[in-house]
Amino acid sequence: MSTETLEAPVVKKKEALLSKRRKKFVTDPLNDDNPVTVQVLGICSALAVTTQMKPTFIMAVSVIFVLIASNLTISLMRNLVPGRIRIIVQLAVVATLVTLVSEVLKAYSYDMYKTLSVFIGLIITNCIVMGRLEAFALGNKPYDSVLDGLGSGLGYSWIILAVAFFREILGSGKVFGYALFDEMGIDFTTNGLMVTPVGAFIVLGFIIWVQRTKTGYVEH
Amino acid sequence: MDLVNLGIKSIFIENMVFAYFLGMCSFLAVSKKVSTAFGLGLAVVFVLGMTVPMNWLLNEFILKEGALSWLGGDMATMDLSFLRFIMFIAIIAAMVQLVEMTIEKFSPSLYGSLGIFLPLIAVNCAILGSSLFMAQRDYTLGEATVFGFSSGFGFFLAIIALAAIREKLRYSNVPDGLKGLGITMFITGLMGIAFMSFMGISI
Repeated sequence: MSTETLEAPVVKKKEALLSKRRKKFVTDPLNDDNPVTVQVLGICSALAVTTQMKPTFIMAVSVIFVLIASNLTISLMRNLVPGRIRIIVQLAVVATLVTLVSEVLKAYSYDMYKTLSVFIGLIITNCIVMGRLEAFALGNKPYDSVLDGLGSGLGYSWIILAVAFFREILGSGKVFGYALFDEMGIDFTTNGLMVTPVGAFIVLGFIIWVQRTKTGYVEH
Repeated sequence: MDLVNLGIKSIFIENMVFAYFLGMCSFLAVSKKVSTAFGLGLAVVFVLGMTVPMNWLLNEFILKEGALSWLGGDMATMDLSFLRFIMFIAIIAAMVQLVEMTIEKFSPSLYGSLGIFLPLIAVNCAILGSSLFMAQRDYTLGEATVFGFSSGFGFFLAIIALAAIREKLRYSNVPDGLKGLGITMFITGLMGIAFMSFMGISI
């Protein structure tokens, strides 16, 4: 992909810290241009970790961190990296950041590290990260790239948290590990299918359906 | 016999796509036509069969705790497993490049059909995921090779089946909001249920 076409228009005057253009970087991926439901990126981890909300939350925070940090790093290096080797440079940067996340988790929250197992490592190959680096960070200034990373990260996070919410409440009757129905004294029959991989596909299918009906986006 | 069992298990029961959601991005993006799905599937089998044993060697002789004991002395207690991610992804990227160049040299026709998919594969989570599973489960070299090939084959089966269904789907009347990704998710879910019926089989 050529970087010239993606270069943001040169702004002569000093731009406000949160101008309209910059706000769009954060708000667009939340709905109209959502990385998961519209761009079809990062589905693997969106489905794999979402049986409960707690690991999903950790995953979301990790992905937001990796997205912001890698966008910033690549954006700072964008004029130094020759086009031919950019993929391997990006992989190296992302892999280093993911190793950092993984070691921190291992040190402070070993249970979560075990639950998420290989999926923390798989943030490296999460297409959202590579996609944002290719499409945005390589051609834009550091501050804009950070905002773009934050936007995409939040867009990803709310989708996986939504999937996890439905899977956890229907599959085991809990919210964030809190036994909601038991506390309220309601006899709730859990649906075992929601805990299996199949539940994830179906919940995400419904979320996509509702969201696309609202935004009016039709794929051909 | 254990190897056959492991093979069957990783093709059907612990299918990369339906049980672990690995390789979903390319699974969804490249499954619109059977012919292209076939190309990607083949490339995945090929690369997985090569990289998993390669990464096994790397893990066994360099990265694992105490793996450097062949160097003797202080090296014997070294634990480099935190370098796993970066080394595995480097091996995968290098292997993909190598495979691409070899195919281009020896079989231009195969290169014509696989060529565009090979760079995609370097960032396919199924490849890195299999290597990480291999390291986590302490396989032997034989098991790692079988695991690599059969995981690839499981992906191959899944993507061809989905592509065939999606080709037929073009003639059905799907609600607007559900077209494309939405309906594909439901179909994958249903296929997952079918694959769940293999659970518990052992030979």
